[in-house]
Amino acid sequence: MRLGFVFSEVGQGLRRNVSMVISIVLVTLVSLTFVGTALLLQFQIAQMKTYWYDRAQVAVYLCTETSPSAACPQGAASEDVKTVVKEKLDSTLLKPYISRYYFEDHQQAYKNFQAEFKGQSVAKYVTANQLNETFWVKLKDPNQSPIITQSFTGIAGVEEVRDQRSYLDQIFSILNAASIAAIGVASLMLLSATLLISTTIRLSALSRRRELGIMRLVGASNFTIQLPFIMEGVVAATIGSVLASGVVLGIVQFFVQGFLAQALPFTSFVNLGQALIVVPILIGAGILLAAFASGGAIRRYLKI
Amino acid sequence: MIRIENVTKQYRGASRPALNNVTLEIEKGDFVFLVGASGSGKSSLMRLILREDVPTSGSVFVLGENLLRIPGRRVPFFRRKMGMVFQDFRLLPNKTVAQNVAFSLEVIGKSRGFIQTAVPDVLEMVGLGHKANNLPSELSGGEQQRVALARAIVNKPAILLADEPTGNLDPATSEDIMRLIERINAQGTTVVMATHDRGIVDRLKKRVVVLSNGEIVSDERDGGYVTVERTPEVKPEAPQAEPAEPSSPAAPAEPDGEIITGFRSFFDDEEGGN
Repeated sequence: MRLGFVFSEVGQGLRRNVSMVISIVLVTLVSLTFVGTALLLQFQIAQMKTYWYDRAQVAVYLCTETSPSAACPQGAASEDVKTVVKEKLDSTLLKPYISRYYFEDHQQAYKNFQAEFKGQSVAKYVTANQLNETFWVKLKDPNQSPIITQSFTGIAGVEEVRDQRSYLDQIFSILNAASIAAIGVASLMLLSATLLISTTIRLSALSRRRELGIMRLVGASNFTIQLPFIMEGVVAATIGSVLASGVVLGIVQFFVQGFLAQALPFTSFVNLGQALIVVPILIGAGILLAAFASGGAIRRYLKI
Repeated sequence: MIRIENVTKQYRGASRPALNNVTLEIEKGDFVFLVGASGSGKSSLMRLILREDVPTSGSVFVLGENLLRIPGRRVPFFRRKMGMVFQDFRLLPNKTVAQNVAFSLEVIGKSRGFIQTAVPDVLEMVGLGHKANNLPSELSGGEQQRVALARAIVNKPAILLADEPTGNLDPATSEDIMRLIERINAQGTTVVMATHDRGIVDRLKKRVVVLSNGEIVSDERDGGYVTVERTPEVKPEAPQAEPAEPSSPAAPAEPDGEIITGFRSFFDDEEGGN
């Protein structure tokens, strides 16, 4: 009985305010799409981190003939240097942290370089001896790279020790900034969505002030009076958040998986499964937002 | 049933209180007229009884509830025991007569079965059984007030508050409405009615409480309409027991049926239009 009454009231309210309801739907659609995108970017960052950090190694570059003299005063690294580095890597001090390591000599480095820069003019001028001999060290825990860096920096014959993660961190900080920007836009949009919902609910209450007066007069409970208005906001915002979820799923399916993943086949991208995790978050956020905005608005309206 | 003790109501920004140290007791089954000029405090008093407002000082007890102490969430349940009608009927224009009455039951969660029997019963009682499916705009003013009364009493309230219920009606129609209110009173409902209608007050010979400038200046059983000069500067210092003007003016002559009837149909069409 009471439920039927609430639903008919909600239906009436929505029909009376069609244009406002559409604007609520659109604003929640846009704002929650931004929220969803930001969440997916975070997923993407996390996923790339686990993928690349696992593969990231610490490179111990040995001096070459052409190394700058500040780092390598004694010229190219001798066999002794290689032995020292190797012994140190095998020592009981470092061994527990290292999963494996291998040595890349001039010829291997030259081959890799030629493969990487194939067809570019630089490939013609580089000689094998100009490229560093390198110990590639794979750690059990990539976060412990400072141990290697500290152990080998400054040793005679070692030009530089470099954690590959330092290259990745730049990419991640760019992605992170994009995600923060999306959150910023989303919060502005969510604020306007909140204000829009409360304005709409106040208008809706104003257009039903006769009914409200009668309901208060005959002793309808506050819950019965307020529920139709709260539901009105919630229904509109739910439509918006369902649409936003659709947009997010569409972005992942058609743009990320359909285009990016094809264009950059060696990178792992967020998939539909992860996008589906975002969907209930968006719908939940939309419902909560609308419930609080419209509940607050109707309570303030009735107090006057 | 209703006990008002030393109640003062001062609205913010008003120079003098709307009610000034008012004490009044109304027993179960009473029929009380509140009379007095506009601004004398009748409506303020009714608002306090309905807990639309709380007094600045003093206490209000209605149906065993201390209305100063009653928690906000229980106010709706308290109001379910009260019925109220107004000068301007306050019907919902987009609902039929039956729907208007049913609405007041739906919103307090009454069952469909209860509504289906209670609404026709009460419409029959107010004499509108045959107009259940008409819209308020299709009814005369008197009929609209009957619908409002039906809505007020359908939930069998203990108290009926009527704020100038005949204020928009011609004398003959007012008579009909008063007969209906008397019947409601006879069935045990306490009635408190604010009115300017001298003829009605004089004819019914009920308890009359006269308010002037927020004070009770007379409270008589079987009273008549008392006119008090409005003198905001010099307040009448009349004590309660002593009426300011004990004699009531003669009752007005019975209205001329012919003219009034003609007037009424015109007036009611006007009413129906809005």
